[in-house]
Amino acid sequence: MDDDILRMRGITKTFPGVIALEDVNLAVRRGEIHAICGENGAGKSTLMKVLSGVHPTGSYDGEITFDGQPVRFSGIRDSEHVGIVIIHQELALVPHLSIAENIFLGNELTGRGGLIDWNKANAEAARLLDEVGLQENAVTPVGQLGVGKQQLVEIAKALSKDVKLLILDEPTAALNDTDSAHLLGLLRTLKDRGITCIMISHKLNEIVSIADRTTVIRDGRTVETMDMSEPDAGQERIIRGMVGRDLESFYPDRESAAGEEVLRIEDWTVWHPTQDRKVVDGASLTVRAGEVVGIAGLMGAGRTELAMSVFGRSYGRNITGRVFVRGKEVRARTVAEAIDNGIAYATEDRKRYGLNLIDDIRRNISAAALGKLSKRGWVNGNEETKVAEESRRAMNIKAPTVMSVVGKLSGGNQQKVVLSKWLFTDPEVLILDEPTRGIDVGAKYEIYTIVNKLVAAGKAVLVISSELPELLGICDRIYTLSAGRITGEVPVGDATQEGLMALMTQDRELAG
Amino acid sequence: MTQTAPKADPSPEQAAPAAALHTGTSDIRTLLTRNLRQSGIYIAFVAIVALFAILTGGTSLSPINITNIVLQYSYILVLAIGMVIVIIAGHIDLSVGSVVALTGAVSAVLVIQQGLPWWVGVLAALAVGLVVGAWHGFWVAYVGIPAFIVTLAGMLLFRGLTLRVLDNISLSPFTPEYQVVASGFLNGLLGGDGFDAFTLLIGAIAVAGYAVSGFRTRLARITYMQPVESFPLFVARVVLVGAVVMAFAWQLAHARGLPVVLIILAALVLAYGVVTRRTVFGRQVYAIGGNLSAAQLSGVRVRTVNFWIFVNMGLLSAVAGIIYSSRSNGAQPAAGNMFELDAIAAAFIGGAAVTGGVGTVVGAMVGGLIMAVMSNGMQLMGVDQSIQSVVKGLVLLLAVAFDIYNKRRGGTAR
Repeated sequence: MDDDILRMRGITKTFPGVIALEDVNLAVRRGEIHAICGENGAGKSTLMKVLSGVHPTGSYDGEITFDGQPVRFSGIRDSEHVGIVIIHQELALVPHLSIAENIFLGNELTGRGGLIDWNKANAEAARLLDEVGLQENAVTPVGQLGVGKQQLVEIAKALSKDVKLLILDEPTAALNDTDSAHLLGLLRTLKDRGITCIMISHKLNEIVSIADRTTVIRDGRTVETMDMSEPDAGQERIIRGMVGRDLESFYPDRESAAGEEVLRIEDWTVWHPTQDRKVVDGASLTVRAGEVVGIAGLMGAGRTELAMSVFGRSYGRNITGRVFVRGKEVRARTVAEAIDNGIAYATEDRKRYGLNLIDDIRRNISAAALGKLSKRGWVNGNEETKVAEESRRAMNIKAPTVMSVVGKLSGGNQQKVVLSKWLFTDPEVLILDEPTRGIDVGAKYEIYTIVNKLVAAGKAVLVISSELPELLGICDRIYTLSAGRITGEVPVGDATQEGLMALMTQDRELAG
Repeated sequence: MTQTAPKADPSPEQAAPAAALHTGTSDIRTLLTRNLRQSGIYIAFVAIVALFAILTGGTSLSPINITNIVLQYSYILVLAIGMVIVIIAGHIDLSVGSVVALTGAVSAVLVIQQGLPWWVGVLAALAVGLVVGAWHGFWVAYVGIPAFIVTLAGMLLFRGLTLRVLDNISLSPFTPEYQVVASGFLNGLLGGDGFDAFTLLIGAIAVAGYAVSGFRTRLARITYMQPVESFPLFVARVVLVGAVVMAFAWQLAHARGLPVVLIILAALVLAYGVVTRRTVFGRQVYAIGGNLSAAQLSGVRVRTVNFWIFVNMGLLSAVAGIIYSSRSNGAQPAAGNMFELDAIAAAFIGGAAVTGGVGTVVGAMVGGLIMAVMSNGMQLMGVDQSIQSVVKGLVLLLAVAFDIYNKRRGGTAR
C-alpha cells in the first residue's frame, strides 16, 4: 500500500501524575533501520511498550497502523502474531535451557500427538543459528554463552517467529566492540532480507553508521525524524535534539595535576573461582593522587575481576600479589577491610550489585559506611538524613527527598546514589567500573564532572570502561588489559582508539 | 573545547521543598498515603476489632476476653518478632514450633522431674534456644544451605529430640512460681476500688513515654530540617494512641490486672523495634534482604549477620517455649505444633515481603493481633474449627495479594 510499514499517530500515554508520551508520531519505512534516540526517561521504552502491546490498546490515546492495517494489541502475543518482535535490554532467556529450547520457548514445534519434535526443533535451531552467524551447538545451555552470543540467540528466536519488524532496545549496551560490530553487521544482513528494524541506542556513533533514519524523542514528544543521508545529520544534530541544547564537548576540561602515588598493585594474579585458569595474570599498575587512570580491555580480559579481587577479594581464588595504598601494604581479605583501607569500588551493574533498589536514597548512601554514623552500634538517623541530603544537593540527584525509593530513579540518578555511597566512605582511591553504562548524555557529563571534582580534591580514580572515547576523554593515563595481562600503559596524549585496540587484542594468542 | 557544555538545569525541586521543610507539610491524607501499606494494616485491624465487637455483642471487648487474648497469643507474638527479622533478611524458619516444644520440655524435665528451682528451668530453656539458633545459623550462614531446608530439617530434628527428652509422655504440673510467667498478674500493688490502679498507672506511663519520645524525635527532625507532621496532627496522633492504650489498660484493670506476659511482650516489642530501626545490625538485616550482593559489596559481614539472626530466633523461640509451657502448665510432646505457620502468617500480614528487605516488628505484631482477634472472635461465636481455618487462610492470602497490588500500583514492578 505504501512505503511505511508502521505508523504511530498522536500517541499519548499517561501514568498517574505523569505524562509519559504526548502526541508522539513515528513512521517507519519498510526495510529500513530506524534509530530512536532520547535521554533516559524521554519515553523511548514506553513508546516501544505501546507498540508491542505491553501497554494494551485503550490504555493510551492515538492510533497504530502496521502493514497498512490499523492494529489493536491487547498483549505482546498479539503484536508477535503480526510480526513485531521486541528484544529487551535485559535478555529474556532461560539460562538452564538449551539454545533450541529457548528459541522455541512458548512457540514449540509440535509433531504428532502434541509432543515436541526435538529433532526438528534442533535442526531448525541450527539453521537459525547459522543465519545469525553463531557457531554454537543448538543443545548448549544458554547460560554457558556470553552476553554477545545470547543476544544472537534472541535474534534467532525473533527470526523463528517470522519477524517483520524487529525492535532492539540498547542491543549493544553490554557488548564489547567485536560483538557489537558483528551484531550491527547482522542487522544489515537482516535489512537486506527485508526485515525492518527499530533500534534504541545511546551509542550515537553506531547509529550514525547503521541507521537510515533517526527519530529523536525528548520529554515524551517527538523532536524530529532525520534522514541520515542529509548532510547535516549526525551525532551533533541528534544530541542537540536529545538535550535541547548544544553540546560542545562530551567531556569537561580538567587540569592534569598528578601528585604522589596512592594505589600500587604489584604482580597481581587471580585464578578463576571454579575453572583451572588465571583470570588476571601478574598485573601491576599505579594510580597517583589527582589522576584519573583508565583500564581498557575487551570483555573477558579480566578488568572487573582485577578490580573486584583487589576490593576485599570479592572475586577469584589463589590470589597473589601485593596492594599498597599510600605506600602502606593492604591485606584486605574482606570488603569491610578494603573500605577501611580507603578502597572503594562502584560496580558495573548497579542494579544487581550496587543498590538496594527497594530502599530509599538515604539508606543506600549510608550503607557502606554506617560506622561513621553510629556509636556503639546505634545509628544516628538524623545525621544520616543530613548526610544524604548534602549528597543529593552536591550530586544533583533528581528526587524530591532522600526518602525516595532508589528503584524508581533513572539510571543516571541511581549512579549518582552509588557514587554518593562510595564518596561517603571517604576513599583514597575510587574504582569505577563502567560508570556511565546505560546513562544518558546529560547525566554522563555530570558524572564526569563529579570525577573531575574528586581528583581535584586529591583522590585517585581508576576507571574501567568499554567505551574507548570515554577513557580518552577523561583519563590521564590508560592501561590496556588483554587476557588478564597488562599489555600497555599509554599517556592519554599519545593514545588513539586504534592504538589502544591493538594493545587490547595483543598477546591473546600468546596468553591463550 | 570550552566548559559551556550541558549544565544541568538548576533543578526546581531543589529550592522549593527546602523552604517548606519544617512547616507542617503532611496533612492526614499524605500521612496515610505515604505508607499505605502500613496504614492499610492498621485500618484493617480496627475494622476487624469493630466487626467482632458487633458480631459478639461487645463480648470480644470485655475485660476478661481482652485479658484472654493477651494470654493466649503472646507466645505467637514473641515468635513473630523473631520471624519478621528472619523474613526481612530473606530467610524463613519452619522449626520454631518444634523449638518451642523442646525448650518447654527441657524446662519441664528440670523443674518437674528433677525438682530444680524455676529459674534453672528458664535459664536451661534459653540456653537450649541459643544452641538451636546457633545450629541453624551455622548451616545457613557458614555452609550456605537455604534456611528453608535447614529449618525443615530442624523441625523434624527438634520434634524428635522433644519426644526423646519427654520420653513420649506429658509432664505436669509446674511449680506456682513457674506458672507466674504466663498466668501471673501484677495486681493490687496500688489498690483501687473494683479496678487495679497499678495497671492504669503503667498505661499512663506508657502513654507519657510515647508522647515524650515522639516529641523529642519531632524536635530532632526539625533541628535537622526534616519534614514533620503539623503540630495539631502530632497532638491528635498522641491523643488517639493514648486513648487506645488507656482504654486497653482500663479493661485490663477491670479484669485481673496487668499480665506479667504483657510486660515481657511489651519490653520485647520495644527493644526489637529499636534494634531493627536504629542499630547497625538492624540496617544490615534490611540490606541483606533487599539486595544480598549489594550488601556484600558494601562491606556487610553477611555470614555473621545471618548467623546472629538465627541465634536470635532460637532465643525468642525459647522465650515463647517458656511462656507456652508455663501457660499450659506442663510440657507435651505435641506442643507448639504449627506455631511456625502462625508466626510466618503474622509477619506477612504485617507487611513483610516474601522476597525480603521489607517488614517491621510493629507490623508483625499487628498482623499477629489480626489473626488473634479473628480466632478469638470466631471462637466466641462458636464458629466451627474448619471454618476458622478457612477464614484464616483467606485472610493471609488477601493480605499478601493486597501487598502485591499496592506494589504494582506504586510502580515498583515495571
